[in-house]
Amino acid sequence: MVRRHSATRNRLALPAKYDQFMADAPTGNPPVTTWEYSPAPETTPVVIPDQTQLYVGGKFIEPHSKKRFATVNPATEAILSNIADGDAADVDAAVSAARRALKPWGKLPASERAKYLYRIARRIQERARELAILESMDGGKPIKESRDVDIPLAAQHFFHHAGWCDKLRYAMPGTREPRPVGVCGQIIPWNFPLLMAAWKLAPALACGNTVVLKPAETTSLTAMRLAEILQECDLPPGVVNIVTGAGATGKALVDHAGIDKIAFTGSTEVGKQIAQACAKRGTRLTLELGGKSANIIFADAAIDQAIEGIVQGIWFNQGHVCCAGSRLFVEESILPEVTRKLEMRMKTLRVGDPLDKNTDIGAINSKQQLAIIEGYIAEGSREGCTVCQPNHQTLPTKGYWCRPTFMTGVQPAHVVAREEVFGPVLAVMSFRTPEEAISRANNSPYGLAAGIWTEKGSKMFDVARRLQAGVVWCNTYNQFDATSPFGGFKESGFGREGGMQGLAAYLSE
Amino acid sequence: MSDHERLAVLKTWKLFIKGSFPRSESGRTLPLHNKEGGLVAHLSHASRKDLREAVEAARGAFPGWSGSTAYLRSQIIYRLAEMLEGRRAELADALRCTSGVSKKKADTEVSASIDRTVSWAGWCDKFPMVLGSRNPVAGPYHNFSMPEPSGVCVAVQGVADQHSLLGFMSLVLPPLCTGNAVVAVADTKHPLAALLVAEIAPTADIPAGVLNVITGDAKELAGWIASHRDVDSVHAIADESIAATLRAGAAENLKRVQILSKDEDFSDNDRWTNPRRLAPFVEVKTVWHPSAT
Repeated sequence: MVRRHSATRNRLALPAKYDQFMADAPTGNPPVTTWEYSPAPETTPVVIPDQTQLYVGGKFIEPHSKKRFATVNPATEAILSNIADGDAADVDAAVSAARRALKPWGKLPASERAKYLYRIARRIQERARELAILESMDGGKPIKESRDVDIPLAAQHFFHHAGWCDKLRYAMPGTREPRPVGVCGQIIPWNFPLLMAAWKLAPALACGNTVVLKPAETTSLTAMRLAEILQECDLPPGVVNIVTGAGATGKALVDHAGIDKIAFTGSTEVGKQIAQACAKRGTRLTLELGGKSANIIFADAAIDQAIEGIVQGIWFNQGHVCCAGSRLFVEESILPEVTRKLEMRMKTLRVGDPLDKNTDIGAINSKQQLAIIEGYIAEGSREGCTVCQPNHQTLPTKGYWCRPTFMTGVQPAHVVAREEVFGPVLAVMSFRTPEEAISRANNSPYGLAAGIWTEKGSKMFDVARRLQAGVVWCNTYNQFDATSPFGGFKESGFGREGGMQGLAAYLSE
Repeated sequence: MSDHERLAVLKTWKLFIKGSFPRSESGRTLPLHNKEGGLVAHLSHASRKDLREAVEAARGAFPGWSGSTAYLRSQIIYRLAEMLEGRRAELADALRCTSGVSKKKADTEVSASIDRTVSWAGWCDKFPMVLGSRNPVAGPYHNFSMPEPSGVCVAVQGVADQHSLLGFMSLVLPPLCTGNAVVAVADTKHPLAALLVAEIAPTADIPAGVLNVITGDAKELAGWIASHRDVDSVHAIADESIAATLRAGAAENLKRVQILSKDEDFSDNDRWTNPRRLAPFVEVKTVWHPSAT
C-alpha cells in the first residue's frame, strides 16, 4: 500500500492574502504579488440513499422500530440521509447472528480468514475516493485529511491485520494456541468514523471473533458503505453486524448478556459507565477514552518545526482528536516567540468547506459539539484567560464553525487546562524546568498522548520515559499507523489498538 | 537451674508496611487457629487506614523501584529466592500449621515457590524484549513500544485454602518484577507463609515500601481497595462476590484488574511463569521520532 509520508501530508496551504502575511512577518520582505485562492472543491459523485438500513446476518434489514433519525452535513446543515435507529431487539438479532457465525468463522483455516481481510483492504482502496468524500460530507473533516489519513489508514489496518490471522501464536508469547474471545460488541466515535471501524474490526476478525459494531449516530454513512464492501467481499453472514443508533443502542449492546467482550472508544464519562456495566458480568473490556495531552516545547527545539507540530497537534481534524495536544507547555524563555509565530501561522489556516482540497480546518461535527466548544471558550474567558482567534477568514453562513483558538494566561486549575474540549482550542502555559514540565504534564487523570520538542536526544528520551502517556511523539505529533499500538495510561482507558500488542484484547489463552 | 521445661517465646505476627512491622492502627486482632483448632496467635486485623498507609508507602517507593535498573531488580528478586531457601523449614512449618498438609506436600510447595521466584527474577530484564516491539510504520519514523510498570498494585489473596505460599508468590512476583510497588493483603486463615515472606523481604534488599503485607478481611477491604484513587492495578485470588466488588469499584478510576479464580492450580509452572502474566501490570508506551534528515 502506498501511503504518503506525513511530511507531505502535513504541509498546509499558503495564506489567502500573501502580501498581508508578509507584511506581518518579522522579516518583512516587500510584497510582490497578491495571490488569491480559487475554490478547489472535490466533486461529489457519491450517491447517498435517502435512508439506511441495519446490516445483520449478512443482510440489510429494516430496523425493528421502523424509526429513523436524520444525519446532516455539518458544513451545510443539509440532511444527507435518514439513519436506521436500532433498538434492543435489533441488537439482540445482531448478537444472535454473530453467535451463530462464531463457530464456522473460527473453524475456517486462518489463511482463508486472512484472504477475506485482504479483500476488504483492497476494496477500501478501490473505493477510497467515494469513502473520503462521504466521510467529509457526513463528518465535516477536510477532504485533505479524509483522503490522505482516514481512508488510507483504514485500508492499512485491514491489510496489516489480515497478515496476522495465521501468525497469532507468534503474537502472544508463551501461548500455544490462542483462541478468539467470542462475540465482540464494538462502539465507535464520530471523529474518525471509518478509521475507528477499521481499528476495531480488523484485529477482532483477524483473531477469529465475530462482531456487532455500533457507529456514532452523527457519522453512520461510511460504516454502512463498509457493510456494502463486506457484502461485496463475500464475508460470511453474521461475522460483522452493524447496528446504527444513538446512546440507547450502545447501551443495549453493552448490557446484552451474549456479548463476550466490549471495545469502546469515546468519552471517559461514558467509558466509566461501560466499565461499571461490564464489571457486573465480568465481560472483557478495552477502552480508548479521552485525553488532555501535553505538548511540551523546550527552548532548544527547532521552533519552526515545533510550530507546525502544535498546529498538527491541536487543529488536526478540528481538534476532534482524543489525543489532541490540547495543553501546550512552552519553556518560559521562548514563550513570546512561540506565541507570536503561532499567531502568525494561525492566520494562514484555511477554515471552511471540508470538500475544498485547500481547507485546513473543516466544520465542527455537530451543533451539540459546537455548543460544548463555545461553552469552554466562554468559560476560559470567564476564568480570566486571554482568548486569541487570529484567523479572520470569512466563514460560511450555514454550518457549524469554530475558528482555531488558543488561550494564554491559563492556570493549571482552569477548566480549559483540565477538561477535554474536543475542539480546536489550545491552552498555552509556560514552564521553567524539565521537572516542572513533566510534573504538570502528568498532573491529569488522563494519560493518552504527549509531545516533546527538543533537539537534545538525552533530554528527549528522559522526558519520554517519565511522561505518563501511552503514545509519546517526539519532534512530531498525531502520527498513526497500523503497526503502532495506540492507547492510554490512567483514565484514558486500557488496552492497545494496533500492532502486536493490540491483538491481545481479542485473544484468549 | 529451675526444673520446669523452658517456656517457648511466642511470636507476635504483625503487619509489614514501609519496611517496619506495625500493629494495626485500629488495635483490632483476629484469632488464628491451627488445623486442630488450637489458638496460634492473634493476628493484626488491618483496617482501611492500614491499607491507605500501605498504599502511601508503595507510592513513595514506586519511583525508586521502577527507576532502578532491571538488572538490579533481577538480582534483588533472586536474592529473595536465596533467603527463602535458607528458611525452607520455617516456611514448611508455617504452611503445615494452619492447613495441616503433609510434610512432603509442604516441602514440595516451598520448593516450587522458591523456583518460581528464581524464574521471575530472570524475567525482570527480559520481559521488555518479549512484550515490547520496534514497529515498522509506513513512514520515515523510528517507532518503538515498551512496557512500563503501571504503579501501585494491590495483591489480594482472598482465598488461600491451598497453596498459601505458592499462590501468594504468584500474586506478588509479576507486579514486583515489572517494577510496580505492591501492597499484598494476605488471607487471614492461612497467612503465616506470606508473613514470613514479609519478614524475609528486607534481608533480600527489597527496598522499604516496595512490598507491603497486611493481614485483613478481603471482603471488608475489597471496596476500599477498589475505590482507592492511588491504586493502579489489582491482582486478586477471589470468590465471585469479592471479585465483583473489586471490579465495580475499579471502574471509578479505571484501574486494571486481574482476577484469578479461587480454584486455580498454581503448580503449573509453565502457566504461572508465562510473561503474559505481566501484561496486567504494565502499560505499553509507544514513542515516535522522525528519522528523516
